[in-house]
Amino acid sequence: MRPADMPRRSIAASCCFDAQRNMRSETLTEFWQYRELLYFFAWRDIKVRYRQAAFGAAWAVIQPLLNMIIFTLLFGRVAHFQSGNIPYPIFVYCALLPWTYISGVLGVASMSLVNNDPLLTKVYFPRALLPAGSVLAGLLDFVIGSFLLVGLMFYYHVQAGWSLLLSPLVILLMVLLTMGVSMVTAALNVRYRDVRYALPFLIQVGLYATPIVYPATMIPKRFQPILALNPCWGIVDGLRACLFPGQPFNFKLMGTSVAVAILVFVLGAFYFHRAEKSFADVI
Amino acid sequence: MSSLIDVENLSKQYRIGHAKSTTLRESLVNAITFAHVRHKAQDEMIWALRDVSFSIDRGETVGIIGRNGAGKSTLLKILSKITYPTSGAVKVGGRVAAMLEVGTGFHQELTGMENIYLNGSILGMTKKEVDRKLDAIIEFSGVEKFIDTPIKRYSSGMRLRLGFAVAAHLDAEILVVDEVLAVGDAAFQKKCLATMENLRARARTVLFVSHNLAAVENLCGRCIWIDGGQVRMDGETHGVIRTYMNSMTSSTAAYADLEGLENRRGNGKVQFRSVEFLSPEGTAQRVIRAGDPVVMRFHYAASEPVPHPSLGFRMYTDMGTLVTETSTWHHGIHIPLLEVGEGYLDLEIDCLNLMPAKYALSLWATDDSGAVVYDNVECGVTLEVESANIYQSGKNLDSRNGLVFFPQKWNLAGTLPAARESARHAEPV
Repeated sequence: MRPADMPRRSIAASCCFDAQRNMRSETLTEFWQYRELLYFFAWRDIKVRYRQAAFGAAWAVIQPLLNMIIFTLLFGRVAHFQSGNIPYPIFVYCALLPWTYISGVLGVASMSLVNNDPLLTKVYFPRALLPAGSVLAGLLDFVIGSFLLVGLMFYYHVQAGWSLLLSPLVILLMVLLTMGVSMVTAALNVRYRDVRYALPFLIQVGLYATPIVYPATMIPKRFQPILALNPCWGIVDGLRACLFPGQPFNFKLMGTSVAVAILVFVLGAFYFHRAEKSFADVI
Repeated sequence: MSSLIDVENLSKQYRIGHAKSTTLRESLVNAITFAHVRHKAQDEMIWALRDVSFSIDRGETVGIIGRNGAGKSTLLKILSKITYPTSGAVKVGGRVAAMLEVGTGFHQELTGMENIYLNGSILGMTKKEVDRKLDAIIEFSGVEKFIDTPIKRYSSGMRLRLGFAVAAHLDAEILVVDEVLAVGDAAFQKKCLATMENLRARARTVLFVSHNLAAVENLCGRCIWIDGGQVRMDGETHGVIRTYMNSMTSSTAAYADLEGLENRRGNGKVQFRSVEFLSPEGTAQRVIRAGDPVVMRFHYAASEPVPHPSLGFRMYTDMGTLVTETSTWHHGIHIPLLEVGEGYLDLEIDCLNLMPAKYALSLWATDDSGAVVYDNVECGVTLEVESANIYQSGKNLDSRNGLVFFPQKWNLAGTLPAARESARHAEPV
């Protein structure tokens, strides 16, 4: 075949860019073209995570379970936190599940760019796929942990109602928020390795700034509007409302959380897109 | 039709110095004290690329050559969207696959098979595409037996082969290749070159950066020479490589000054003054490549009339092995008389069939019998022979392949079944 006869395989693959750092090709189209790579990044994360660990994927259950036991002994038995009509272990586990996801994924996703610097300097692909892969891979642990939750609910005779059907929306909110924050921390980490040290501390603060081990009713009224800006509260509260009968949805709180999560995601995507042009030069 | 790749006034600036050491704290402090405004001017900036423009048509195979740090890799990185230009624009009309490294994204813990999928996906292949090419990739890699073993157990050579096997099956319109051929053993390099040849035959557009000039010369019809971030020359490969080589070697290659040299024996009635290396046309040849024609011009000065002299030289390798000796005496040439004054003697060589290496020349001038030594300069001249596309095969030959090569040709007639048949029948029973 003569070169001139060769068909253009895909117009969308063509690109054109200049110093103004405007990629005129459609970013979203590109994400769609690279969707398989997202899957492969997630798959790699999962495959590799528990390699050479004797307990393997059981760690996905052991981690929140141990946390639950510790918190139950500490806050349920010793400090006697009130968890209403729900048994304390299940009350805290239900919140630990999304929290383990958020904090765990943040840790991995923040390092996703830095740990893959050969990829950043040698191949092109939409950079956001790396943190996105971690966000996706984390869901497996979340699902495994959920099975334990189901077991606990049977054990404590907690019967879920129709509101359970709303839980995917809450999980979506959780993923959205995690992705938003991950994009910021991962991109920031490329330039400032301080992120690695600051993040564990921030996660620890987050654990106590969110009504996970204690019920929201313990928060003084005047602090509630400020803490409501932490979308983790909405996620935790929403999940409890989905699972436990008699726990009403706090729509005002949920609305705030959704708004904040979307804002974080949009700003995160914006910052990431601006920063990614220099990843290969800075890393 | 417009070209496939259009590069216009492309420039890329890097900040060197403390670019990497910035921490969040410093940044915050700088932001507060406006230090970044004051310091910005002091940062040293370098232009990795400066006003580079060219365009490449569909189906061209273009070599990019230049010294280390000339900006070749930066150019490839911009073309493959890994990094962005400071100014200028790039238009690319097709999918670009970059092979800037072999086995990018390989994960130690995953098996060979798993890494094929991962690496293929990273390079832009779909899973279906990998499925389809899987057998070919595995066969090409030559690591079938270990395909289900984690690659942390692989040798570096195996990893290399596996990585290249995946990359070789990429099917993009534009392929950008950086120096992958520089690694691996001879068999691997052979495979790589065959693949490149194959891509060219499939009318893919290939951009090829390499220090292996023989390979560039063999594969690429066109060559761009980048020097100091700018396009120094762009054109037909042979001419560009020639000019490039000439600029590379210092001028001493063309000329060896022997005046004032202490390390010489002889009564000095005739003394060598200098040696020049010329092209057959008589112009100074700054680079001598294996297989080139060359004229060695020996300048001498006679302080009194010398009858019946003979002049010649011995050539040694850098290990001291005598390669050859030649002289007027060996050729049976009789020089009746050298008059007082200066003159020169030319030795014309049609084909300098020496392998690329450095050689030392010892010059001598004696009387007819060899009993009286007029001048003897031990290893006073260095002849540097550069690599070339000796067998027109693109294979890089050097001193590891020996000292010399002959004009030669392989004949495959005897490998054909018919020939073997007839040979067997011809054998006496």
